[in-house]
Parts: sequence; structure tokens; C-alpha cells
Amino acid sequence: MRRFNLGYFIREGFSSIFSHGLMSFAAVCMIVACLIIMGSFSLLAVNVDEMLSQLEEENEFLAFIDEDYTDDQIRALMEQVRQIDNVDPNGVTFVSREQAKRDYLKGHEAEGLYVNMPDEVLRDRLSIHVKDLERFNETVEAVCDLPGVVNHRAAGEVAEGFVAVRNAVTALAYILIGILAAVSLFIISNTTRLAAFARREEIAIMKMCGATDSFVRWPFIVEGLILGVMGALVAFFLQWAVYAAVSKALMDGGAVSFFSLLDFSHMWKRVMGVFLLSGSIIGALGSSFAIRKFLQV
Amino acid sequence: MIRLIDVHKEYDNGTKALKGINLRIEDGEFVFLVGPSGSGKSTIIKLLTGEITASQGRVIVNGYNLNNIRRWQIPHMRRTLGIIFQDFRLIEKKTVQGNLEFAMRTVGASGREMRKRIPYVLDLVGLDDKADAYPNEMSGGEQQRVAIARALVNNPRMIIADEPTGNLDPKRSLEIMTLLERINAMGTTMLVVTHERDLVNRFSKRVVAIKDGELIRDGQGGYYRA
Repeated sequence: MRRFNLGYFIREGFSSIFSHGLMSFAAVCMIVACLIIMGSFSLLAVNVDEMLSQLEEENEFLAFIDEDYTDDQIRALMEQVRQIDNVDPNGVTFVSREQAKRDYLKGHEAEGLYVNMPDEVLRDRLSIHVKDLERFNETVEAVCDLPGVVNHRAAGEVAEGFVAVRNAVTALAYILIGILAAVSLFIISNTTRLAAFARREEIAIMKMCGATDSFVRWPFIVEGLILGVMGALVAFFLQWAVYAAVSKALMDGGAVSFFSLLDFSHMWKRVMGVFLLSGSIIGALGSSFAIRKFLQV
Repeated sequence: MIRLIDVHKEYDNGTKALKGINLRIEDGEFVFLVGPSGSGKSTIIKLLTGEITASQGRVIVNGYNLNNIRRWQIPHMRRTLGIIFQDFRLIEKKTVQGNLEFAMRTVGASGREMRKRIPYVLDLVGLDDKADAYPNEMSGGEQQRVAIARALVNNPRMIIADEPTGNLDPKRSLEIMTLLERINAMGTTMLVVTHERDLVNRFSKRVVAIKDGELIRDGQGGYYRA
């Protein structure tokens, strides 16, 4: 591309936007709407993922050890547990029955009833962290299959519930992103098609004068890019406002202890990058699709 | 140079527009292509500009074999041609200067080249004082001169004029044809499609006549009976 052509393409792109002002405005609005919906679901997915990651970090289950096991056998058992895939090797901790009793009593201080409870009531146990919550149950089964493990305590349903929620939100986010990207492409494509239709005579003259396809195509791609970037910038600031409003509503509603949103200021660069990239791709691709038909001269 | 060798063209709807046309136009020639409506004149123009391809036979334009030309080569082939239409096809929102710049920009000309070439071409067609005028401020004859200037501005080897005087009165038509003759005298090959008998008769040029898709006459002389 020659340098003087680049200036021409940009000038033509801007000029076309203003000569079809209403359609350009409609296209920007559609991109804004689509990006905000896409962004909202993506941010929801990010927050749910973050929340589950935190839960995963805390996630553990207890494996009770055979009472007849010696210290050496317990150490060997711990090593076997660490070898299991999906068990965090640094997350396998031995808890003696005395320690278990002390921990138990901490939670029941008001109940003097348990103070004289003998140590033998509780068993030695291993506290085991898993790496991937999705494989929680299979990991529990693998640990229980080891000789020396006589019982376990694990909240498998809770883990499965978290995984199901995360998968559902992620899947929904992907589906919506796909649908909305297609809708945005369609709208941009139609806007460019209208612009190209209005200029079909010019395009025919250009082609007859010996213009290459790319020379004809570039101003329209630039137009689509500009519309996409404009839409992305507007969508970014609106998204920020919406996110801040939702965060505030959650805090004011007292839901913060259960579900607190990530701070937008930590994510704004990533969000803006994704919006600009999505807007540009949607704009440029939509224009490319639209102009193809008019190049057949 | 143009060569049509046993060219047939049949459209998708079954219409046989050309039936075995053989034609050779050398560089520097002035040729009238005449014939009644539906005779196949427009089909020949479309074949020469690469808009359509022949069903059979060979089409060669300025060294490009259009039977197996690549898509990316078509713009380069068209740059060897200047095309003039009956309805002028000027861009109404651009001035005369703007229309010529537009044509030059499409082939990648620089600003310096435009500043040098456009005044020369406008002077050649007698519109040196109309550079800033818009097409709708001009008469039909003047608009056609702008179209001729646009066809000339990229310095083509050949000009193809499709009914260039179809929208003009006899006096303006004569002026335009005289202008085309002058341009031809400067070395540009000229193929003028027309069905205006009187005009053809006034110029002693080669006349190629077609009817029903067949070439019925090819000879020197200022008359024809199509």
C-alpha cells in the first residue's frame, strides 16, 4: 500500500461514515449493545471463575486412617496420596486425633459437654487439597482405594455444584459471544453494503479505470474499522458504568459477603483490549463480506 | 491492439450474442463499430473490458489474452484502456478536477503526477477553464468532454467509446467525434461504437458492421448499411 493511498483510504472511510450518518449511528449503537452484552456475560464468567478459584483453593477433604497404622505406615500412605494425579502434593497434611479433637473443641467452646471427650473418639486423618475441582469425586475415590484409608469426609455435591455453575456460565458466555458477534457482523455488513450500494457507480468507474479489488475494498474496511473502534470505546465506558453500578448495588444490598465483584480498575486494560479487538475485527470482517459482491465488475 | 478470433458468446439464458466474430484492430487505428440494437456491439465491449468472457474463441487486448487472464491482471489490462460511456458516468459530487483525480488515484498516481497531467488533458479537451465546475453545471457536450478527459488522463493505449454521442445533439456530436479523431491522430487507438449513420458517414474511417452477432462488413469508408 502506498503512503498517499493510506491517507486516501482513511479520508474516504471517514467521509463515508458521515455521508451515511444514520446508518453509521445505528451500526455503532448495535456494536455498543452487542459488546456490552458480550462484556457483561464475560465479566460475570470471570467473576464466577474467580470465586470458584478461591473456593477451589480452600477445597479439601478428609481421609481417615486405619487405627492400627504405625507412624512409618502413615508416612508411606501420605507419599502414596501425594502421587495421585490431581492431589496437590503440598496440600497433604497429617492431622493427629489429638489435633483433631482440639480443632473440634475450638468450634464448640460453649459446649462444655465435649471437654472430657477421650482422644480415642476421633481418628488420625489426612487433610487433602485437590487441584481441579472438576475431578473432585474421582480423586476422593482414588484416595479411598488406598490400603489404610478406612473412611472419608467430602462435600462432593457442593464441588459438583460449583463446577456445574461455572461450566454453565462459561458455556452461556461463549454462546452469547458467538451469537452477538454474528449479529454485529450482520449489522456492520449491512451498513457497509448500503454504503457500497450508494457508491456502486463510483466503484464501477474505479474498476473500469483499472482499480484493483484491494484499492476499492480498503476504504470500506477502514470505515468498518472506525465504526468498530468507535463502538468499542463507547461500549467500554458504558460497561464500566454498568459494572460499577452493579457492584454498588450488590454492596448496598448486603450481598457482598457472599458475592463480591472484582475491582474493574484491575481489569480495565484487558476489557478495553478485548473490546477494541472485537470491535475492529467485527467492523473489518463485516465490511469485507459486504463489499465482495460489488467487486464483481 | 485487439484480436478477436472466432469468438462466440452465449449467455446463461441461451441467447447467442456473438457467432464466430473475427476482428483485428492495429495500434493507432480509428474504427467505428456499428450495428443495430441487439446486434452484439455491447457484448464485444464487455468482452474487451473483461466484464465477461467468451464462450468460445480467443480475445486478445493490448497483449493480454483474456481467455486465461488472471483476476489480478484484469485491472492492469484495463489501465491500457480508456472507456467512454453514452451516459458519461461522472461522479456528480466531485468537480471536473475531482473526477479526473479520482480516475488517476485508482491507478496509484501521485499528487505530483496529477498536478502535471490533469491541466494538460483538460486543455486538450477544451475545458481548461472548467476544472472547478460540477458536472450538473455543464452541458451534455461538456460532460462528455470530461468523460473523454477522464478516459485519457491515465494515458491509455486505446480508447473504447460506447455510443459517446448518443445523448448529444448533432452539433455537439460532431464536436465530440472531431475531438476523438484528434486524440487518435496523437497515437491513441480508437474504437467507437455507434449507430449514428450520418456521423459515421462524415468521417472516412474503417467501419466494422455487425448484425445478429455476425460480422457483416469490415472496410474503409464513410458509410454502412447494417
